[in-house]
Amino acid sequence: MGRSFKLPDLGEGIHEGEVLAVLVAVGDAVREGDPILEVETDKAAVEIPSPVDGTVTEIRVKPGDLVRVGEVLMTFETDTATAAADAPAAADREAPAPRPAPETTEADKKPKRPPVPASPATRRLARELGVDLSAVTATGPEGLVTAEDVRTAAAQSEAPEPDAALEAAAALRPPQSTPLPDFDRWGTTERLPLRAVRRATARQMALAWSQIPHVHTQDWVDLTELEALRRKHREAVAARGGRLTLTVFALKAAAAALKRHPDFNASLDVEAGEIIRKHYFHIGVAVDTDDGLIVPVVRDVDRKSLRELAVELAELVDRTRRRKITREALEGATFTITNVGPLGGGHFSAIINAPQVAIVGMGAARMQPVVLPADGPAKIVARLMMPLVVCVDHRVLDGADAIRFMQTVKSILQDPEELLLAMT
Amino acid sequence: MVMGEFVQETELLVIGSGPGGYAAAFRAADLGLEVTMVDTAERPGGACLFRGCIPSKTLLHLSELLHDARRAGPMGITFGEPTIDLAAVRSWKSRVIDRLAGGLVSLCRQRGVQVIRGHAEFASSTQVRLHDAEVSGIKFGHCILATGSRPIPLPGASAVKGGRVMTSTGALGLAEVPASLLVVGGGYVGLELGSVYASLGSRVVLVELGDRLLPGTDPDLVEPLQRRLTGLFAALHFNTRVTAIEEAETAVTATLESVGESRRQRFERVLVAIGRQPNSRRLGLENTRVKLDAHGFVVVDAQQRTDDPRIFAIGDVVGGAMLAHKAIHEGKTAAEVVAGRPAAFDARAIPAVVYTDPQIAWCGLSEEAARREGREVRIARFPWKFSGRALTMDAPEGLTKILIDPQSGRILGVGMVGRSAEALIAEGVLAVEMGALAQDLALTVHAHPTLSETIEEADALFLGSATHILSPGPKG
Repeated sequence: MGRSFKLPDLGEGIHEGEVLAVLVAVGDAVREGDPILEVETDKAAVEIPSPVDGTVTEIRVKPGDLVRVGEVLMTFETDTATAAADAPAAADREAPAPRPAPETTEADKKPKRPPVPASPATRRLARELGVDLSAVTATGPEGLVTAEDVRTAAAQSEAPEPDAALEAAAALRPPQSTPLPDFDRWGTTERLPLRAVRRATARQMALAWSQIPHVHTQDWVDLTELEALRRKHREAVAARGGRLTLTVFALKAAAAALKRHPDFNASLDVEAGEIIRKHYFHIGVAVDTDDGLIVPVVRDVDRKSLRELAVELAELVDRTRRRKITREALEGATFTITNVGPLGGGHFSAIINAPQVAIVGMGAARMQPVVLPADGPAKIVARLMMPLVVCVDHRVLDGADAIRFMQTVKSILQDPEELLLAMT
Repeated sequence: MVMGEFVQETELLVIGSGPGGYAAAFRAADLGLEVTMVDTAERPGGACLFRGCIPSKTLLHLSELLHDARRAGPMGITFGEPTIDLAAVRSWKSRVIDRLAGGLVSLCRQRGVQVIRGHAEFASSTQVRLHDAEVSGIKFGHCILATGSRPIPLPGASAVKGGRVMTSTGALGLAEVPASLLVVGGGYVGLELGSVYASLGSRVVLVELGDRLLPGTDPDLVEPLQRRLTGLFAALHFNTRVTAIEEAETAVTATLESVGESRRQRFERVLVAIGRQPNSRRLGLENTRVKLDAHGFVVVDAQQRTDDPRIFAIGDVVGGAMLAHKAIHEGKTAAEVVAGRPAAFDARAIPAVVYTDPQIAWCGLSEEAARREGREVRIARFPWKFSGRALTMDAPEGLTKILIDPQSGRILGVGMVGRSAEALIAEGVLAVEMGALAQDLALTVHAHPTLSETIEEADALFLGSATHILSPGPKG
């Protein structure tokens, strides 16, 4: 028995993905659960498992293809035993065409199993909606399929409908603000596909920038003492597989600041007119990869030690760069840190990762002349200074809040003792 | 093309104007299609109206009146011997037919269905030639083939065309009431028309190849009829074959052969009713991609499509139950598919009715079919001797039975024998189509006293507690 396999619903409103790799070839025998495809959805690469035991008879996609939920990816010749056991699930995904082809005739004329109980009007409705009665979950007495059951089944399988899929894809595309001129008029050009990570970034950033009124604040942070601490413990942490970077300290400082400023650890529900404060502290860390910007999430930063964070972050960043990160590891952040320092750069303006309401950015720390101290005779000393930016959603937070938050972070990072206190 | 030939064009061509054909034409017209219907007959109605259901039921009604009058004697009312004016009977039958045919003609006109008289023959998958018609050909977008069926002649019978050896068509013509009539075939046509002639006074002998009447129908439904006909007919010969028929001027001599026995018997007339065959020849189907099966029936799918994408077929010509109501629904399905709707013929219960006295009707799964398929069923039988209404009509021989799925309690089939079974079966058809449970019927209030109550009582019996009969034991 042949069975076509469609891109399953990947959840969370993900309607499309890019094929990264095809892991099987026509003629390959596969077991249920074997990886057959690698698909990139938004920013995560997902391995798609085989739905059946069988043999691959046709592959309809190649790396680089953009595939939509419901699209047939490949077909299998299944082992009969599995196929029989699997039949309802298969039928579930495959609503028959509204105008059945002649092959339905034999089934119609020689029913092998008793027909699904349903009234004539319900059966007509099923034909009109292209619903296979045997795949419908019946709610009537003793397995009777009602008209409502058919409508429910139709609504559930609506996503793969070509029109709906197209619409969804359109919604996911970055908005095209202005019509493009013919660039070739001024010289030669080339066109490159907007790959999945780039596309997701384009969409997400355009959305954030157009919907969130951003307020930027910037300051300098004196990291001289923290850097001394960092250097002192760097080796010990490295021995345990961690990397004690500035970002690790920033994570801890941010978590402490978020606790003191709960409206920074929040989201805005415009529809409900409510601010949603989150009682957990999951912080996204922007990672620059070969494919573009990806933001894995460190969970429960407030409950982890610096050493634990150093180990976890190192591992998370490596996994992200190797593109072995799961979709789940990219979800649920309440706040974001972006540290462009290792690449250089001073102050910059960051874009908030909606639906979060704030982001903190770190520039490159440099030795700079600083006038010290504020009380007493002024003298110019060399200190390690880092540009720090805080950007907030002005719908939820004000410039004053941004400054206060900035001061909290700054004071923690400047004074390791404060950091230790903040950790309790 | 020959000069002067007049070829018309039509969106939908329907060939055959029987119930299936006109139902298809009307449905298509209602869906906005431009429809042309071709038939060799002058008026729509087909075999059903002119040579089948309608004339036979007209005569069977008279036969029932005769029986009822006779049966009234023991109830205290005695009628005199009836006088039968055969010419008046024929005229009454014609008036019924005329009225219905006239109705169909005006329905065609009102719906804008063009009716052309002639014999259509396919020249290609898109065009028919018309013979004996004012139009020489019709080009069509789609075609629905609804040419029906005709009686099968007796094999090996060298009948002279004197009219004494009749098919159902001849018998319905009612040229005379013969003193003796041989009915060949114990199917519903032979039983219905045999009953008519027996009521009118013929000495009827029935010959059946099988070992009982209505082969294929559940024996318990046939048994009361067989008992009745044993009295009404002069003889019922089972396991008997008619091997020769010689027609002379005033009589027919038939050779009846059964195991180890052969005898020649003279009858004034013979009715051959051994089945019907599809009208699929002489249609030029070889010029299309339409396929026929081994018996000459057109092969179609659930959308009534043939193997030729533009040609559909419905009714008797596609086989299955050769019944007008099946043809009507198939015709509507075909029309809807042609109009682009996602229709399919997926009826789960097609009622069958034998209009004898007593009537027999069934639908859905039969006991015979369940046994053949090895399907487990529970059967609830309510004998009409426990029905008050049946006794007021002196119809205690009736029976209502329901076939029920033992696990779900769902109604799979209904069968009945007795007066008005033709009307009672509708509830069974609805139950099967709706996927009703025995409880649904048992909990539905049926008027008392009526024959329809027997359906409620049979279901109650299955559930363990009927009112008018002691149940084997409670079941919940």
